[in-house]
Amino acid sequence: MNADLKKPAPPLEYVTTRKDEIIGWARKFSLFPYPFVTACCAMEFMSVSSTPYDTDRFGAALPRFSPRQSDLLMVVGTVTHKQAPVLRRVYEQMCEPKWVMAFGVCATSGGFYQNYAALPGIDKIIPVDVYIPGCPPRPEMVIDGIMQLQDRIARSRHPIVNDRF
Amino acid sequence: MDAGKLDALKEELAGHGLEATVSHGLLVLELEPGALPETAQKLRTALGFDLLLDVTAVDWPQREPRFDVVWHFYSTRRFQRVRLRVKVGAADPQVDTLTGLYGSAHYMERECHDMYGIRFRGNPDLRPILLYEGFEGHPLRKDYPKHREQPLVPYRK
Amino acid sequence: MSFELPNPIRPAFTEPTDDSHVIVNIGPSHPATHGTIQIVTELDGEKVVRTDVHCGYLHRGFEKECESHTWHTLIPYVDRLNYCSALINNFAYCGTVETLMGIEITPRCRYLRTLLAEYARLADHLTCIAASLMELGAMTAFLYLVTIRDYIYEHMADVTGARVTHSYGRIGGLAHDLPAGWLERLGQILGQYEDFVGRVHGLMDRNRIFIDRTRDVGVLTPQQAINWGFTGPILRSTGVPRDLRKDTPYLAYAELDFEVPVGIKGDNYDRYFVRMREMDESVHMIHQLMDMLPGGPVTVDDRRCVLPDKQLVYSEIESLINHFKLIIDGPQVPAGECYVAHESANGELGFYIVSDGSGTPCKVHVRAPSFVHMGGAHLMLDGYQLADIVPTFGSINMIGGECDR
Repeated sequence: MNADLKKPAPPLEYVTTRKDEIIGWARKFSLFPYPFVTACCAMEFMSVSSTPYDTDRFGAALPRFSPRQSDLLMVVGTVTHKQAPVLRRVYEQMCEPKWVMAFGVCATSGGFYQNYAALPGIDKIIPVDVYIPGCPPRPEMVIDGIMQLQDRIARSRHPIVNDRF
Repeated sequence: MDAGKLDALKEELAGHGLEATVSHGLLVLELEPGALPETAQKLRTALGFDLLLDVTAVDWPQREPRFDVVWHFYSTRRFQRVRLRVKVGAADPQVDTLTGLYGSAHYMERECHDMYGIRFRGNPDLRPILLYEGFEGHPLRKDYPKHREQPLVPYRK
Repeated sequence: MSFELPNPIRPAFTEPTDDSHVIVNIGPSHPATHGTIQIVTELDGEKVVRTDVHCGYLHRGFEKECESHTWHTLIPYVDRLNYCSALINNFAYCGTVETLMGIEITPRCRYLRTLLAEYARLADHLTCIAASLMELGAMTAFLYLVTIRDYIYEHMADVTGARVTHSYGRIGGLAHDLPAGWLERLGQILGQYEDFVGRVHGLMDRNRIFIDRTRDVGVLTPQQAINWGFTGPILRSTGVPRDLRKDTPYLAYAELDFEVPVGIKGDNYDRYFVRMREMDESVHMIHQLMDMLPGGPVTVDDRRCVLPDKQLVYSEIESLINHFKLIIDGPQVPAGECYVAHESANGELGFYIVSDGSGTPCKVHVRAPSFVHMGGAHLMLDGYQLADIVPTFGSINMIGGECDR
């Protein structure tokens, strides 16, 4: 018979999911962005960081300008081929867990600069978690993107001790 | 720009160039490549054109000489503008530098060299400024295809 | 994966001149370099011995893109040059094409362009001052100025449809006329501007820390400024009263009453103050223009570049063909070349266009003030402290999109 079915679920799973929820809740409300700012989207980044849109409400206010101290890499604006090694180096210097947000359509896909100079989207060189289209995106779109990223962080697994727990 | 004053300026610069015309509010002077340093010197010291605004080039691939190198000057006392044009061929595109007269020529000549490949004799520093080390070719030439990318970081799969 | 990441630049110096000096790279991704400038500095302790400024990290191929678009469809690219004051770029470009085509814009368009250019200049100076004050630690001043700038952005979105990159200018006029109630809201915003900027003046002007950090720092002499191609507020801060709006008036500037503020020493404090005073002058000009705005159409009735009315397009064959030709081929600009310069927030913004007679340009070149200023930036950085790089750089107002194009 299927004696396995009668066995109760291992208590570790319950602890792990609760732990993931708590840590996910803590991490999503204390994002330390690294604003990798290049171009026009910087104007909307400045707007969304200050009144009346205010990323401080989401815990994502304090920019940390060192990749060692930040966990959200916000690539704001066009990344060109000249800038690509710099972006890659900054991404590699960040510690786990880290998330990447492509802010603006130039970071997402190159925008309307389809030529020799612009990188056609930063996901060609680094993995991206959230894409925020717009040229530049309205601050409400940015906040929506941050909230989607927060949902993603809340739902994901957060292994701390080893790669299972 | 007063047309009368520009005509007077044209008289003062007569004999320096091949052709002088007044077009859309500024004086356009067509020069031999060798006449450039002397004309620029006269513009700056005698005529008071103290601001070098712009150095650029135009590529006419069907024509020989292929490139038009263009300088724009402005006088902060006369409020007038002058455009100098020199034609250079594709085989050996080089002109004299103006870095001895104007400090602003440094960066602008670097950019022109980057984009078109025009060499400026005497400019101490013609490193790429808008492009990066390892970029081959001169993108603003008409025979450089717009979509040819030369990525520095290989793309992820 | 680990592979050797290539260095995109070749610095001018890699060895320090003295054993006790250090070479520090202030990299392209830095909070105070306003985007994408790399400064390789040689330091003697905290003192900057020499610098090598590298730009080009935002070179997006503007000129090459323009060669594959029509004269009309490249207007959004023009916006993204000086993205803090996008309308000035629009109007400078459209003015250049109109000069080459020989088009005279309508009176209402002329006054409206002047008004909106001054409004955009206001937004640009607010951004510059807000960013440079924030880098000095004055977070409150940043928040005050960015709040006003946000009101301006929302207000611009009412008329142009976009907050930052407006694309509102058209060859021959503007995209459309002002909506109802726009001028009333403009009056309200200018009133709030007086209030907020008054507070910033109170916080900064006589602030001991601010004066110590900016007075006699980044000094530029008038001769150096002109030799190295500086124009705009930086040139005016050295004491040279040159302003294209006064010297060679264009649009409606000849009819306006305004002053050209100049500085005394050419240091960071003067640049801050010249920009603050220029904002006040812009507001004064906007008030005058609000009273002077005539009625009438906002686009000139010229079939070479202006799209015909939709009703006509649907009913007449000539208008249909005209519309089709304008969209597919673009406005046919007569062969020739033209250089027209406007006074943008950073200085002389010039467009040099070369046409071969067709609807796509042969060349669209921007004389970008920020690029030329970067060429002379070392004059203001060498010899000062490392910490002075931050306010000096902020006061130059280098806009990446314009510098690197």
